[in-house]
Amino acid sequence: MNPLLECSALSKRYGNVTALSDINLTLERGKIIGLLGPNGSGKTTLIKLINGLLVPSKGQLLINGTAPGTETKKVVSYLPDKTYLNNWMKVKNLLNFFEDFYDNFDKKRAYDMLEKLHINPNDSLKTMSKGTKEKVQLILVMSRNADLYVLDEPIGGVDPASRDYILDTIISNYNENSTVLISTHLIADVENVLDEVIFIQNGRINLQSSVDDIRMKEGKSVDAYFREVYKC
Amino acid sequence: MSWELKNDRPIYIQLIEQIHFRIISGEYKSGSKLPSVRDLAAEASVNPNTMQKALSELEHSGLLVTNRTSGRFITEDQSMIQKMKLDLAKEQLVNFMEQLKKLGFSDEEVKAFILESVQ
Repeated sequence: MNPLLECSALSKRYGNVTALSDINLTLERGKIIGLLGPNGSGKTTLIKLINGLLVPSKGQLLINGTAPGTETKKVVSYLPDKTYLNNWMKVKNLLNFFEDFYDNFDKKRAYDMLEKLHINPNDSLKTMSKGTKEKVQLILVMSRNADLYVLDEPIGGVDPASRDYILDTIISNYNENSTVLISTHLIADVENVLDEVIFIQNGRINLQSSVDDIRMKEGKSVDAYFREVYKC
Repeated sequence: MSWELKNDRPIYIQLIEQIHFRIISGEYKSGSKLPSVRDLAAEASVNPNTMQKALSELEHSGLLVTNRTSGRFITEDQSMIQKMKLDLAKEQLVNFMEQLKKLGFSDEEVKAFILESVQ
């Protein structure tokens, strides 16, 4: 079986600016992985490449052995850092919308999560707070039965209690064949649910390690270690 | 008892310790079935693979027994649990003694404290 995600010598340049430089990375199935790095380190660029929103300048990126395209979009569930949903739409419209778009969308799961987070399906997005909008988007994304979930800053605007619920949702929804890639700055909040972390800086991968290996070697949390490595 | 995880040590080791404690204290009864990995992971808000790793280690030590078809059980070996209980008590005692020595108390004084507090 091909690895879920494989990048070899992957580079991305925007004009003269190098956003990603010579990335070699393999992601296995059945893991929850944190993509961590300071602002401007290349996290979102990598995520956009995975989702076919950008094309590599050099090297290649394969998902299930295939370059990003229609086939891979069926198995990758993507939460972008900015919303693309129409503000006038009601939550229930969005659910129908996703159901039309994706074969693997589980509407019942979405309704269950909405109920748990006390979100009314008849509300339209424009009446919602920033955090509630984020929750709706995350529910849409996590309600697909995908191989790879790519979440770009999923919990930034969400209150701590809902954060816990969302993390529990991630734990209980993913299965041994799927992997969740989470880019975030809120390391302390997600650390316990991660298998692995990837540290990225200036477009290069500094470290790919399990959370417990870092704790064992460094005697500190990934959060504390991150602060040390990227001290300004 | 809720799960308390500290920041400075590997998570799976802390999970092992806490499950140990639950077995010794009788919260998880000898011979009873352990909840599923996924349920335990969700309860402790940790990654299921990490919980799996902790449970595998506990199996290795014999404290958990896996029945291929019906899940994981706490060992029925009471003497094993009893021994673990004593080990834990000794460990606590050593820590306690060290702390009091650091504070400058002699063995005799500590002994007096203990006698006083159990009365």
